[in-house]
Amino acid sequence: MSSTTNTSTQHTSTIGSIGTPSRRNTELGLLVFAVLIPVFAYANVGLAIDGTLPAGLLGYGLGVGLLAGVGHLVVRKFAPYADPLLLPLATLLNGLGLVVIWRLDQSDRLQNLAELQYGAFSPSAPKQLLYSAIGVALFVAVLVFLKDHRILQRYTYISMVAALVLLLLPLVPGLGADVFGAKIWISVAGFSIQPGEFAKIVIAVFFSGYLMVKRDALALASRRFMGLYLPRGRDLGPIITIWAVSLLVLIFENDLGTSLLFFGMFVIMLYVATERTSWIVIGLLMSAAGAVGVASFASHVQARVDAWLDPFGCYQTSGACEQIGQSIMSFGSGGVLGTGLGQGHSDLIGFAANSDFIFSTFGEELGLAGVMAMLLLYALIIERGVRTSLAARDPFGKLFAVGLSGAFALQVFVVAGGVMGLIPLTGMTMPFLASGGSAVIANWALIGILLRISDTARRPAPTPPTNPDAEMTQVVRP
Amino acid sequence: MNKPLRRIAIFCGLLILTLLIRDNWLQYVEADALQNNERNRRIAIERYAQPRGDIIVDGKPITGSKETSGSDFQYKRTYTDGPMWAPVTGYASQAFGANQLESVEDDILTGNDDRLFFRNTLDMITGKEQQGGNVVTTLNTAAQKAAYEGLAERGKGAVAAIEPSTGKILALASYPSYDPSTFAGNSTTTDTKAWQKLQKKNNPDDPMLNRALRETYPPGSTFKVVTAAAALEHGLYTDADAATKTPLPWTMPGTDTELKNEGNIPCENATLRVALQYSCNTVFGKVGSDLGNDKMLETAKKFGFTSEQFTPVRSTASVFSDDMNESQTALSSIGQFNTAATPLQMAMVASAVANDGTLMKPYMVDRLQASSVDTIEQTDPEELSKPMSSENAQVLQSMMETVVSKGTGTNAQIDGVTVGGKTGTAQHGVDNSEKPYAWFISYAKLDDGSSPVAVAVVVEDEAADRGDISGGGLAAPIAKSVMEAVIKSKQ
Repeated sequence: MSSTTNTSTQHTSTIGSIGTPSRRNTELGLLVFAVLIPVFAYANVGLAIDGTLPAGLLGYGLGVGLLAGVGHLVVRKFAPYADPLLLPLATLLNGLGLVVIWRLDQSDRLQNLAELQYGAFSPSAPKQLLYSAIGVALFVAVLVFLKDHRILQRYTYISMVAALVLLLLPLVPGLGADVFGAKIWISVAGFSIQPGEFAKIVIAVFFSGYLMVKRDALALASRRFMGLYLPRGRDLGPIITIWAVSLLVLIFENDLGTSLLFFGMFVIMLYVATERTSWIVIGLLMSAAGAVGVASFASHVQARVDAWLDPFGCYQTSGACEQIGQSIMSFGSGGVLGTGLGQGHSDLIGFAANSDFIFSTFGEELGLAGVMAMLLLYALIIERGVRTSLAARDPFGKLFAVGLSGAFALQVFVVAGGVMGLIPLTGMTMPFLASGGSAVIANWALIGILLRISDTARRPAPTPPTNPDAEMTQVVRP
Repeated sequence: MNKPLRRIAIFCGLLILTLLIRDNWLQYVEADALQNNERNRRIAIERYAQPRGDIIVDGKPITGSKETSGSDFQYKRTYTDGPMWAPVTGYASQAFGANQLESVEDDILTGNDDRLFFRNTLDMITGKEQQGGNVVTTLNTAAQKAAYEGLAERGKGAVAAIEPSTGKILALASYPSYDPSTFAGNSTTTDTKAWQKLQKKNNPDDPMLNRALRETYPPGSTFKVVTAAAALEHGLYTDADAATKTPLPWTMPGTDTELKNEGNIPCENATLRVALQYSCNTVFGKVGSDLGNDKMLETAKKFGFTSEQFTPVRSTASVFSDDMNESQTALSSIGQFNTAATPLQMAMVASAVANDGTLMKPYMVDRLQASSVDTIEQTDPEELSKPMSSENAQVLQSMMETVVSKGTGTNAQIDGVTVGGKTGTAQHGVDNSEKPYAWFISYAKLDDGSSPVAVAVVVEDEAADRGDISGGGLAAPIAKSVMEAVIKSKQ
């Protein structure tokens, strides 16, 4: 592109950063599409439902455009070498999510349901726009104040404590809220917050810092047994601790998703840090044991497993079965090309249609074609994240980036797989799409951190200062 | 650390690939099955998204559609004279699905029928809404009205009337009935309540039962027409006016039980004509036992017993048993024991006699129309069987005409019209404890020899008068008014 700042060809020690163009204009071009596509989608919904352009079209377009513009300018100023795809991808997903949330706000069926349940219906789209703005603000804050991600290394153990507190907050009496059996929410001053979404990032800091220090011990001190390098007993400590915490979350908060996410993220990072396949095997065995154990005791998890195995078998009797059955029928009814935005009946899913199950609306209204495109958008975010990790020069940055991308990938898999009936349903939401403040704010922060790491990784290494003593250096030969 | 990172990248790629495969499975491979899953409310939403086509009688729709609010189903079915027509239309309810004609012809009524594909495609191109087609029935409003009102005056029962020469169903009434409009919507407060009130468990009268097609009653003495046909057809007797060899009292073979007649009637060695006129159990019981189970079953089957009829709404199969001993065959031949018939079946018996021995397949859908009134499908009369020769049919006609002119069926006489009929009173329940059914089957014959209508009426005898007269007293007047209505509407 037109970057003129980096035509330098000087030698640096790091491969991949030679003459890296900043790609900021690429990002700007992509952002134009990322804003225009949701605006067209928004107009499409309005035309399909009311036959007229929606009244809020201009405001909505300006809102999303403003957020994207602010994001872009901040990246241009504070992280000029950052990855050019992540911001447009996040903007596009967030914009489409807003459109579909607004579309579901127009559903008579959901409005009646809300009135029946809570006495009043309040639209989710304006709230979601506000949360998106807060999310972008946090994204800006990360880029402005976090000059170097390595600073976070200092807070390794504080992060651990913070993450545990965040994870366990929903269990505090009076603070935690039980929503459809899962205790992953806390309510503060009228706001529902899902601390697990923030814990995802904080715990990645801890894992990165911890593993960076311990990787050699974990990798080298091991015994070989049946072709696998088995770690020493005392090195098993951390993985067992994380496993136990995950199980606690699963048992006490009834949240399969969060526990799977944390444990999976830890195993991925452990594997990257130690390069030992044995960790993967151990991790898989432990999660299998944990899942089977909990599934046979917790009725909440059991119901979801039953619903997954045969949603139509228990359709009449179990809410979990009806939900997943409705979701699958929603996908099926969309077919290859979908019904078109605003013209499906995904609102039959009822509660959580615009949060946990928002992907079903995409399935019905955009069809197979649309869902595959959405999944590829997520795949691109993950790919850019892993690429950032590959490009990062410091082990902390590598681990941090892969941890965040891995968690993101697991979350997409667990949620999309859940609503498509591929795996049992868990209580998580599709990043950027689903209605819910915590998730959208936390994910914007996640994108901010990935941008910061990629900026550091792709920034050309500073020219080594010329040593004024160079010419005078005497080589002393023995 | 880059080697494991690349592997993680591959792992993440596999996760997404799995999702893509699953999505293809759901939205391509399984899409049709999921779209048509019985739990999928979208089918019903689609069904009620446009006005449903109408069911038409005598050129006038007896159904309608009205736009509703506050529901995801846009249009709701309405019915004109719902209770009267319910045995014909069935119901189409947003909450409870559809049955009978509404269900059988659902594709035409919703406009989803393949034969409407071209028209629908045109509509789609020109931006018109898809429109349902109409179902034009063979029914006769005047006859239906006479049947329904006649039943309403007298009590629980059913009427079926057929045009003997074609098999067209002219009347199909059941009482007590229900108004399908009351639960056509999907409101839990009104529609569900109305529906529940009509269910058999909450309403012992079972108003939603289509008695004309779906209930079998012991036909009692009306079955003697079938037995007489069997006697003539199998050559047991050839002359209606020759004495039969019937002792009185007559003890059923293999038992020491005497078969009783109702009252003191001249049945000893009576001719078939006299036996039918007075409804002699002994004569026809002996005919049945002399012919044997196989021959009786053969004739009964030719009249349509033991098979379901698709009019296209299914009727229950009427029963004449197999593997009976002589005394059971004797009882069955006077319409007792296991013998049971739907009102439609008994109307078929009368119509076969009236149509000189040829039984036409009964049908109630004359043609299917597209919304533009073009005919998509026309039903042509079809011969179902030939239970007896035309000579024997004429002999039987004269016997049935005697029943009406001077026998048990005098209540069905119509001035200027020849009427042939047969009464029946069927006892049922343990030790005949329950109220008997009063039956009357008949046909009318005009001066030109054509027969415009054959009818079967069954009424649950509320008066509990066990005399044979009740068939003539309760059921014959209804048959008469139905026949009169048909004759009048033909003029």
